[in-house]
Amino acid sequence: MDRRCVAALLTLACCAPAAAASLQPYEITGDAIVAPLGGTRGDPAKGRAIVVDRQRGLCLLCHTGPFPEQRFQGDIAPSLAGAGSRLSEGQLRLRMVDSTRINPDSVMPSYYRTDHLTRVAPAQRDKPILEAQDIENVVAFLVTLRDQPSLKETR
Amino acid sequence: MRRAGGFVVLGSACLASLASAEIPLDQRKSGADFISAATRAMQEDDTANPAMLSTLDGESMWNEKAGGAQKSCGDCHGPAPKSMKGVAARYPAYNVARQAPVDLSGQINACRTDQQKAEAFKPESAQLLALSAYIGSQSRGLPVSPPDDARLASFRARGEALWSQRIGQLNFSCAQCHDDNWGKRLGSALIPQAHPNAYPIYRLDWQGMGSLQRRFRNCMSGVRAEAYPYGAQEFIDLEVFLAHRARGMPVETPGVRP
Repeated sequence: MDRRCVAALLTLACCAPAAAASLQPYEITGDAIVAPLGGTRGDPAKGRAIVVDRQRGLCLLCHTGPFPEQRFQGDIAPSLAGAGSRLSEGQLRLRMVDSTRINPDSVMPSYYRTDHLTRVAPAQRDKPILEAQDIENVVAFLVTLRDQPSLKETR
Repeated sequence: MRRAGGFVVLGSACLASLASAEIPLDQRKSGADFISAATRAMQEDDTANPAMLSTLDGESMWNEKAGGAQKSCGDCHGPAPKSMKGVAARYPAYNVARQAPVDLSGQINACRTDQQKAEAFKPESAQLLALSAYIGSQSRGLPVSPPDDARLASFRARGEALWSQRIGQLNFSCAQCHDDNWGKRLGSALIPQAHPNAYPIYRLDWQGMGSLQRRFRNCMSGVRAEAYPYGAQEFIDLEVFLAHRARGMPVETPGVRP
């Protein structure tokens, strides 16, 4: 093998994982992704900031939630209040990553999928809506949205 | 492989449920029903409607001689209030020379190049919007009346398919918002049914006039899709479908929207 060929192979070896690494691999178990994307759980405070950001998380365009300081919350989708009581961390993660795995007709965008999309704008092509760690930040925040136990239940 | 298998199994169920229900004719509402009372009052009062400036420009253009032929629109068509009454309500219409439907802007430009021997107006130019608004306003109050023309059928079918196609990074179709979720809130905005009966419009957000195609392009950017260029066949097809979807609704041109 001559030197040029080795160089070409090295280039390939460097580039191929980089392209594949743009999305972290994940495993679906039932209706959940149990393990955090990239292996690290997120920061709920950073997650909240993403959820209320209408350019990044976009969540409040469709969902309402326990965000008293946020005006003009959408009502296309269920409230995020109590999401952490209704769904496990892993279930929330799959719903963020690709909710069409649960319901193909779901209007919710798949936040961590870049295939089976049509006419994506050049600036966003082959990019997920949120990066893996930001998905984890949002998931870490959503699990904190517990139903407030009523007075009766706490007695 | 698993994904492909899933599609086979779900195939028939998907086809049934993905086809959004068309809004029943008696439940259709103009975009004007989704705007504030103040904006609506602005549209309905010609002395307050900011689109009237453009419309009046269109009126003077109607009588201006142009191009190598040195003919005005009026030289061929006569006074617009008579000759153009109900015309915009019938567009897009099939154009035999082009073997395709053209929308009102396309017809204006066809007259420019073929009859007046003048240069076509650029998309979204003040002149094209002004003439469109002036001609459109001659149909105010008349029903949207797409031609019963078999040659339009295949274009309309393609427009309907585009309407239902999920696009962009956010993966929304027109139908998911405007058929399935109209009347709900997307952030601060009340989602309208997306009828074409008031175009061209003055949009407060634009601080100016714009065509239906400009609005299409806004929505496409909103879902992070690559917008089609002005004049694209896809847009004309969508316009053919939307005219059918809004058949019978009164023309409001020139509209005002937030």
